Amino acid sequence: MADISFVRTEMLPEKTPPATSVGLIGWMRENLFSGWFNSILTVVSLGFIYYVLAGVLPWMFQSSWTANSLSQCREAISAAHGEGASGACWAVVRERYLQLIYGFYPDHLYWRPNIAFLLTLAALAPILFSALPRKMLWLAVVAPFAVPWLLWGGSAWLPLSAALGFVLGYGAFRGVSQLNGSLAAIIAGVAAPVLWWMLLAGPFAALVQSILPVGIEPVESRAFGGFMLSITIGVVAIVCSLPIGIVLALGRQSNLLIVRTLCIGFIEFVRGVPLITLLFVASTLLNIFMPPGTNFDIILRVMIMVTLFASAYMAEVIRGGLAALPKGQYEAADSLGLDYWKAQRLIIMPQALKISIPGIVSTFIGVFKDTTLVSIIGLLDPLGLSNAIRADANWNGIVWELYGFIALMFFIFCFSMSRYSMFLERKLQTGHR
Amino acid sequence: MTTFTDPHKESFRLSMLIYDTRYRSMTIQVVAMFGFMLMAAWLINNTIQNLNALGKPIDFGFFSEPASYDINQRLIEYNSRDSHLRASFVGLLNTLMVAAMGCALATVLGVVIGVLRLSGNWLVARIMTVYVETFRNVPVLLWIVFFMAMLIETLPAPNAFRGENATASMWLGDSVAVTNRGLYVPEPLFSRSLGDVSFFGAFNISLDLIAIVAVLAGGLYVSHRIKVRADRVQEATGIRPTTWYQRLGVVAVPVIVLLAGLGFHLGFPALKGFNFQGGIYMRNSLLALWLALSLYTAAFIAEIVRAGILAISRGQTEAAAALGLRPNRIMNLVILPQALRVIIPPLISQYLNLTKNSSLAIAVGYMDITGTLGGITMNQTGRELECVLLLMLVYLTISLSISLVMNWYNERVKLVER
Repeated sequence: MADISFVRTEMLPEKTPPATSVGLIGWMRENLFSGWFNSILTVVSLGFIYYVLAGVLPWMFQSSWTANSLSQCREAISAAHGEGASGACWAVVRERYLQLIYGFYPDHLYWRPNIAFLLTLAALAPILFSALPRKMLWLAVVAPFAVPWLLWGGSAWLPLSAALGFVLGYGAFRGVSQLNGSLAAIIAGVAAPVLWWMLLAGPFAALVQSILPVGIEPVESRAFGGFMLSITIGVVAIVCSLPIGIVLALGRQSNLLIVRTLCIGFIEFVRGVPLITLLFVASTLLNIFMPPGTNFDIILRVMIMVTLFASAYMAEVIRGGLAALPKGQYEAADSLGLDYWKAQRLIIMPQALKISIPGIVSTFIGVFKDTTLVSIIGLLDPLGLSNAIRADANWNGIVWELYGFIALMFFIFCFSMSRYSMFLERKLQTGHR
Repeated sequence: MTTFTDPHKESFRLSMLIYDTRYRSMTIQVVAMFGFMLMAAWLINNTIQNLNALGKPIDFGFFSEPASYDINQRLIEYNSRDSHLRASFVGLLNTLMVAAMGCALATVLGVVIGVLRLSGNWLVARIMTVYVETFRNVPVLLWIVFFMAMLIETLPAPNAFRGENATASMWLGDSVAVTNRGLYVPEPLFSRSLGDVSFFGAFNISLDLIAIVAVLAGGLYVSHRIKVRADRVQEATGIRPTTWYQRLGVVAVPVIVLLAGLGFHLGFPALKGFNFQGGIYMRNSLLALWLALSLYTAAFIAEIVRAGILAISRGQTEAAAALGLRPNRIMNLVILPQALRVIIPPLISQYLNLTKNSSLAIAVGYMDITGTLGGITMNQTGRELECVLLLMLVYLTISLSISLVMNWYNERVKLVER
């Protein structure tokens, strides 16, 4: 009798998976056509993409870069692409991009905002990327004095004498702390520079300037405009709002009733009103609140208001981070015997700030976007300039090209900020999952 | 022999105000209070001096003077002889209207986009990502003026609808006209109207509207009672009675009867002279503001919705499935109640942002409260201090009332933990 039982003794070679489940086809089956509903969605989406691209791409590329007015643009486009062809008139961007970037800043001085911008970047870089050499942090010390001087110009002694205030404060702090207790030292360290700035810094700078004039051509705030203005306001508000926001958040969390009430009142008030009303305050009311006769610069006033606005939002973001921290962290800090500020500096803040990074960065992005509102009170930011350009007889009626260019610039800035925040979150990720 | 005495009782010394933690907090508070009051006094003193120098002490009397400017989009009767107060009130109603419209549209769009961003369809998810990133990273003011330009530039002018060979035509069977001046939609009219009722002699509300809302509310209440009873029956017997036709009936039938009784019909817009007449007219400034605010906020709401759904761990779905719930009920009973707890607070703060952003109406000339009180009234009367302070107060009131609602809701849905 024949033995019909069969036992396989060797492995069969693996078969390749069916062609419909791997590679491009498999991916498409899984991600685009996994069911009738998904297939319909895919087809509709493809139709939508085609519709948008068919509308936008020809318009973008049937364009004119060389014309000097809108009518010339239209003639050039009709000549090149046939009668009735509509295309973008990028020539307006070519002609006006300098204005959109620098506003009415004198064109022989463009190097100054350029250097100021690079200096700001270089000063921020070591803070943003820890891989860079620590020596670059000195730039962050220099930049707050050098950048305003580069932008507004004038005597070089003014920023130097402002910086001297900090040196004086530090000196007073060190000197008094050796003689007397730490509290007196802190008071001296605060009072000395404040007195210096309020009373002596200006005359001192003027005196030195009259002896040894060093300076560059001053530029009025009125000449500021375009992205330079947006970036200036944005960077100042961003840099100043973080520390103020931290202080406000701590104040709001504090046990001291009056301090807490003041902080809550400030935060809720600022968050409850639109930024535009604060800008109205800057443009019409701030001079009324100041001693009679004071008249300080509109851009400075706007910066103050935007900074206050941003700090209230920042305070709420950081408060979220503080609240998300487990109570054990606070108690551990106490049980180690750390005092309030040491506990905040060494234990609470590093963790709370890390938790609130996404919120902090989205506040930054929001502030930078909100700088466009200054166009409503008459400053010439990119949007304000776009109205001015459209009022020009040559470019009357141009819309999409200008708005598109401005939107693209804002997109680049804001998008890179949000990507940076994701990078930072990944880098600081210490959790174990 | 030794005697034990009490440890030396420290008498109060002045330095304890600083170095003793028991008193230090008091010192800090007093200093803070003192500093604050000093600053406030300084500011108020400056203000009074400046106002005296300018010769215009604080005075709200200008509110009763005639405004003498027109408001072309309004919810209540207004003409240029009315007072500044009434003009501001018209503006406030306009603010609330665009905010409410914007919140509604933004929520619908945001939820749809947020869900589609999580879709398994790669292409759809990518498109929605592009949408969200585009709208979030460009300033809302730019979107507002962009939409305004789009409405003006691409839509036909009213005279394009005229004549034999009109280049444009109305939509939906000659009922909706989309022009570059705005949108005309049919208006509800009542041939046997109940008339208006006047509130404080200031503005009129149509009694028809009140009647319809009252009947609708009554119907909804009865419908809710039916649901409650059905729930009870289900609890008791395990069988849920079919109630959808009852519930639909008690809501729809009375309203339909009332509408028929009032002689409800639609008034269609028609081209007369240079422009459309009749129907409800939404100016292009309102449309641009509404669309821009909604689309912009929808991008943020989409992210909130997505985060809310992702925040519910898969274990919840699996556990519910293990209990034998159907997918529908898993969504309704397990996922949504938990996701909503995550979604609602940031959602309401987006509503707040939208309301505050509606103040940008001034850029396209929509007369909201910023355009009336903070715009023309302020410029005409020169009363900056009064106008800006009142403007802030109005927005503050709106924001704080929304926050109150949010806090109440948060308390209600808060997880009760150990």
